[in-house]
Order: sequence, then C-alpha cells, then structure tokens
Amino acid sequence: MKRKHVHNPWGGFFFVLPSILAIAVFVYGMIGWTLKLSFSHRTNAWSKDNSFAGLSNYTGLLEDPEFTHAFGNLMKFTVVFMIGTLISGLIMSLLLEKGIKGEGLFRSIYLYPMAISFIAMGTSWRWLMDSAHDDKATGLNMVLRAAHLGILQNDWYSSEKGSMYAMALPAIWQMSGYVMALFLAGFRGIPDDLREAARVDGASETKIYRHILFPQLKPTFLTVLIILGHISMKVFDLIYGIASKSYVTKVLAIYLWQVIFDFQNFAKGSAIAMVILVIIAVVVIPYLRYVNKSEEMK
Amino acid sequence: MTTDLVDRITQHKNVSNSRKLTGKGQFALVFRYISLSILFVIAILPIYIMVVNSVKGITGVSQSAAFTIPTHLNFAAWGPTWAILKVPMGRTLFFVVQSSIISAIIGSINGYVFAKWRFKGSSAIFTAFLFGMFIPYQAIMIPLTQFNHWAGIGGTIYVLVVAHVIYGIPICTLIFRNYYAAIPNELIEAGRVDGAGMVRIFRTIFLPLSIPGFVVVLIWQFTSAWNDFLFAIFLTGGAPKLAVATTALNFITGSGNQVYYGNNMTASLIVSIPTLLVYMFLGRYFLRGLLGGALKG
Repeated sequence: MKRKHVHNPWGGFFFVLPSILAIAVFVYGMIGWTLKLSFSHRTNAWSKDNSFAGLSNYTGLLEDPEFTHAFGNLMKFTVVFMIGTLISGLIMSLLLEKGIKGEGLFRSIYLYPMAISFIAMGTSWRWLMDSAHDDKATGLNMVLRAAHLGILQNDWYSSEKGSMYAMALPAIWQMSGYVMALFLAGFRGIPDDLREAARVDGASETKIYRHILFPQLKPTFLTVLIILGHISMKVFDLIYGIASKSYVTKVLAIYLWQVIFDFQNFAKGSAIAMVILVIIAVVVIPYLRYVNKSEEMK
Repeated sequence: MTTDLVDRITQHKNVSNSRKLTGKGQFALVFRYISLSILFVIAILPIYIMVVNSVKGITGVSQSAAFTIPTHLNFAAWGPTWAILKVPMGRTLFFVVQSSIISAIIGSINGYVFAKWRFKGSSAIFTAFLFGMFIPYQAIMIPLTQFNHWAGIGGTIYVLVVAHVIYGIPICTLIFRNYYAAIPNELIEAGRVDGAGMVRIFRTIFLPLSIPGFVVVLIWQFTSAWNDFLFAIFLTGGAPKLAVATTALNFITGSGNQVYYGNNMTASLIVSIPTLLVYMFLGRYFLRGLLGGALKG
C-alpha cells in the first residue's frame, strides 16, 4: 500500500491557504457576484440599481433575436469545429503513430499554431478567406480557381450562409496539432505487445485499430471532447481577430462583449456569461469528478 | 496521468521505412508521406503568407500576388511597424515576466502540497481549483474590474499581472502536482529520517529537481499571457496607454486598416516572433505544458 503523508496533516493546508482564498474569492466569489448582477436591474450605464429583478434578464435573452442568432451560430460552429478537429487530429496521429522518418518535423509544424495568438493569425486567415470571386479572387478562392474548382468559390465567413462553417476552419487549423499530440500520447501509451499478439493471431490492421487500439483510447477521446467543447463555448479572440463584431459570425462571447462595452448593460451581459458558464459546468463538473475518482483508484 | 507523456511522444520508434518493404508496404508508406505533406502545406500556409508578405515592402504587396515569393527582400514595412509595436511589446514583456515568475512559484508550492502533503479535503479543493481552468472569464470580468478599481490598480498594467497570476493558479498547480507526483515518496521518507520537515524537504530535495517543471510552467504562462486578448481588452478597455502586443496588433490590423496588407502581415509576424522563438527552442517543454493541462492522457 502506498503511504500517504499524514504526519503533518495541516502544514500543507497552511501553504496552499493563500491560493484557496484567491480561488474562493476570484473564481467562486466573483461568479457569485456576476450571478447576482444577472438578477439585477443594472441594464444601462447609469443604473446603480442592484435590486432583484428576478429572471427578467434571462427571459429577455430568449426574446432577443441577436442572442438566439449568436447562440445558433455558436452551436453550428461547435459541431463543425469539434468534429473537424477531432478527425484531422486523429488522422495526423494515425499517420505518425507508428513512427516515420521526419516525424519530428511534421509534428512541430502541425503543433506550431498553438503558440501563436489568434489575433495575429486572424490577419492571414482574413486574407485567405477573402470573399472576392472569379477575376478578383484572392486567397483560397484563387487557389480553388487555379485547381479548376472555381465552382467551389464562396464567401467564406462574410455571408450568412456558411459563415460559421468557414469560421471553424481557422479554429480546426489551430487546434488539430493539439489533438494530434493527445492521441499520439495515447497511442504510444499502449504496449506494443498488444498489437504484436493480435498480429500473431492473424488480425488485420483495421481490426487491430478497431478492436484493440481505439477502445484503449477512450479516456483520450473523452479528454479531447471536453477540451474542444469548452474552448468552443468560450470562442472569442479567433472570431474577433478575423471578423471583429460582424453580425454573421456573432457568437455568445462576441455578443456579450458588445452588450457590456457598447451598450453598458451589465445585467444582461452577466446573464449571457452565466449561460456560457452553465453549459460548460454541466459537462465539465461530471468530468472532473470522474477524473478525481479514477485518480483515487490508482 | 504520467508525467512522461512527452517522452512517450518523442521517443524514437523503430522507423519502419528503414526495413525492406514489400509492394503493399511501400505503397502505404508513399501514401503516408503524401498525406503528411498535404497537411504540412495546409499547416504552414498562414505563417508562410505572413512571412513572404512582410518582406515585400509597403507598396509592393497586392492581394492577388500574396502567395508568390518576393523577387528581392524589402524590409521597408518593418521599420514603421516596429515603431508602433515597440512600446506595447515592451509593456507586454514587462507584465508577462512578472506574472509568469509569480505563477511558477505559487504553482510549485501548491503542486508540492497537493502531490505529497495531502490534507483532509485536499482532493476536493484541488478539483475545485481545476474547475477554475474551464470557466469563461467573462463570468468574472465585471467584478474583477471593480476589484481592480477598489485595489487601486485600475488603469495600470498590474491589472494583467493580477489576472494572469490568479487565473493561472489552477493550471500551474496541476502541472506541478503531476510533476511532483512522479518523484518517489522514498525521497521524502529519507528526508524525514534526517529530521527534515515539509519546508526543508521542499527546499533541499524538491526544488533542485524542479527546474524542468519551472521551465514548463514559465513557458506556458509566458505564451498564454503574451497571446491573451480577452483579459487585455476587457481590463484595459483598449486604452492606448495600456496597449499590449495583441491589443496594439488588433488596433493596427483592425477595420479601416485592412488594406495595408504589408504592414498588417509584418505586424502580425513581429507580435508572433517571441512565442515562436520559445516554441522553436523549447518546444518540448511547451508540449509538456499542453499535455499537462489535459488532465488525463
């Protein structure tokens, strides 16, 4: 049995106490404060009315077409971004996991987008996804024309139709390397004997992946989904860096920024923040409990 | 969670293309290289565009020729762009260095306790810390602004030091906890036999072993604070006297200026250089931070 260090049970507590207080105040306390604001009457810059407004700010959201529009956009973005990133990251890791000459180079090129700010990359992507067509085409539209796929030219993120799917491209580009790294770590944590044994038994490569490797990667899949999901719910810089506050690509975090800064409606802004928080919490809290439990089992 | 995920990833596998391959195997290998190369081109495209268009001067940049390699190098766009970015980037460096160092110190103390000196309720508290990594920061931004005002740091760059230190506690604690968890308990026992207490064991045994952990956390905090836009724009309100790298860049490339491709590409590249350099030279530690923040491998 592993010995836990209980000789000095409260010494450790003393040293983490400052952090506990900081988290209690700045994470939980301030969430509580925002929650209170979301139930208040502070709906413009002059109002100091913190009195209880019931659920009016929340019910107001449901009747606000900008909010439902931003929410719908966010859902579209989330689906495409999560599936796209999962698949492309998985493909990258499948291509690399057995080892190949030049692996280090491929790996570092796939992963570098994680080291660069969305605002900087937005400059390139804005140009790549320029909406000009045909003779005036630039960026990706020009590439498509050059490849005789001119028919596929589109407005990317600048028209209502498909704007969120286009916006998912830079996001997939940015995060795929991360997913690749997580899967590579997963694959390489599986002992080689398992594969060898299956091969000796005559299993085909496809069967080995399906019945032996993928089931072992379940925790990795879960981790990837949680990471991508919470990033997607919060997405802000990426969209702001490319399209600023454009209506067609508005998501909750962008709308929230407008509501707070441009309209100074703190109560409504807080309500939107709480909506994002609750969506994340519903998924993340069970996940953290699961992680916590499986750590204790070790 | 093991700490050597990165060793696992970067370990040298028996590279199969050194072996003689049969027809089918060769085909598979060629297929893999082609696929990898296509992904390579896609991955590198945005930074390629930035680089080639930053050396075409101010007027030599046209959108339709953005893919082409310049015939000669013209750094004319660098001077004026750097003149604008110099001060904001200096300011960013100033706060990022402080917030990263403070975060690393706090993280190492917390990580040590949560890994080796657990107390009653410590795992519940640790989980409560971790939730702090996932929250949307918008949910704390309004009270945080009010706090900054109350604390007398509103309108100074220290708002960003405070934000990155406090909201960096969960991830820094997690990385250090996993790092220390891999250090055998026998070392603690040996220290205790010699009569050392919790603090002395930390100072004499754990700290000297912590350098890689510190590098990981410093790089992580440096990169995320350097690239951060959300805290910067919320807490400084985009005020020019508090402009940092990302907000200044957003100002340069923002609406109205989008036609100055050469300048915009150059500015974006200049802002990316510090984190890219860190990535190029310390990529291994960067990867460790990324995976360390993923909870489970």
